[in-house]
Amino acid sequence: MITVCSLEDLPPGESLRITEGVPAPIAVFNADGTVYAIDDTCTHQDASLADGWLEGCFVECPLHTSFFDLRDGRPTCPPAKAAVRTHPVSVVDGQIKLHITVGEPA
Amino acid sequence: MKNITVVGASLAGLSTVRALRAEGYDGEITVVGAEEHRPYDRPPLSKDFLSGAVEAESLELADGDDYEVLGAQWLLGQRALRLDPASRTLELSGGRQVLTDGVVVATGATPRVLPGAEGLAGIHTLRTLDDAVALRDDLRNGPGNVVILGAGFIGAEVASTARKMGLDVTVVDPVDVPLERALGREMGELADTLHGDHGVRRVQDRTVGFTGEGRVTGVCLAGGEVLPADTVLVGVGVQPVTEWLAGSGVAVDDGVVCDAGCASSVPNVVAVGDVARRPDPFTGRHARVEHWTSAMEQAGCAVRTLLAGVSEPPPVRVPYFWSDQFGVRLQFAGYAAPGARPRIVEGDVQDRSFTAVYYRQESPVAVLSMNRPKPFNRLRRTLVAPSALTAA
Repeated sequence: MITVCSLEDLPPGESLRITEGVPAPIAVFNADGTVYAIDDTCTHQDASLADGWLEGCFVECPLHTSFFDLRDGRPTCPPAKAAVRTHPVSVVDGQIKLHITVGEPA
Repeated sequence: MKNITVVGASLAGLSTVRALRAEGYDGEITVVGAEEHRPYDRPPLSKDFLSGAVEAESLELADGDDYEVLGAQWLLGQRALRLDPASRTLELSGGRQVLTDGVVVATGATPRVLPGAEGLAGIHTLRTLDDAVALRDDLRNGPGNVVILGAGFIGAEVASTARKMGLDVTVVDPVDVPLERALGREMGELADTLHGDHGVRRVQDRTVGFTGEGRVTGVCLAGGEVLPADTVLVGVGVQPVTEWLAGSGVAVDDGVVCDAGCASSVPNVVAVGDVARRPDPFTGRHARVEHWTSAMEQAGCAVRTLLAGVSEPPPVRVPYFWSDQFGVRLQFAGYAAPGARPRIVEGDVQDRSFTAVYYRQESPVAVLSMNRPKPFNRLRRTLVAPSALTAA
């Protein structure tokens, strides 16, 4: 489990990219008060989802504007076709904790 | 409407098929495509595919499951030759006749060629997968002199890829700031400096001919210089594919003339993508837009118009395009209207990592970023349509 940061440091609408201590970069979002974590790299082409625009619980890939549902990692429309992996994340005592699972991709 | 024919099987055509099903249309769909390949993504053809980083399979826009769900008939390797709206007939190469209630024109555009290039091997245009394979093979046969004619986005991206492959590259364009129309003069000049930064020689001149027998050996310029050339890419723009509409009554003028809802001058015929000339609600201009996102976005609009039988103008969308060249992810949204002045709002121009917002009458009408996707995405949401600003 990794402590990402305090919830105060990630206000609603903000995102962070985690590269330390994880097998592949992970993007953490505060979407209207709920924290989500997904694989950072868009499944379509080389773009960082942490750089993407957040709308509700969807993040838009900054390159081709596919939207990914943060709840299950699935893209809502082309060009992305494959879902990104989601990662369990929780807030404990005001600290955002990321649970790293070493498992197969979704 | 019981059957609809989509003429064109690339991004606009496929997006149209998807949009038809998404709107609940469950009638027949026939797609006619001039290329043998199923729809594939063109942008990587000048970048990762050309360099060999990715293969053709990764360019496919849909897989077997998608095609099954979409349930359309794909007639590939066939061209539309004639459309007769009176008899609702579309005639294809090979003699086939298709009877159809509705037509979506999505035939895109083909590269312009230069006189004197006929019959000379080693002179390429770049539009299709087959073009990219031929160009890639020639570049791999290097080392040699690569001469690129045209410093627009295709020319710049191929120059960048060829430099990365270690080749000697010269880019020729008669215009002093080739990207002025897309980015405005100041930012167009900045984009031009990327070439020199990466060892590409830029020549401002006009091409008047070629040397060589059977295979090109040089490019002749109006100023007298002859550039030695082993491989030439002609990237001087495209023209819309509309010859097949001659005699159909569909108004054509540098593309299919459409209204904001993508309706053509003939009922039940709409147009989408590079071939469509329509008024853009954001810029206020009547133009063909050759960008990737336009092909996708217009499909929904055209489909709604076709199915409703009446033109349904779409909500205003901010035009967007990107270009990966010389280590820079360049992203642009909005419209660099004449008179709009760019202001650097964050980052560092020297590092080629910054964001500039263009202002017209103090309102932000466009944003350009080099390697700054996050501020770009935020600022592109703040743009105001120049068409909405009152005339000064």
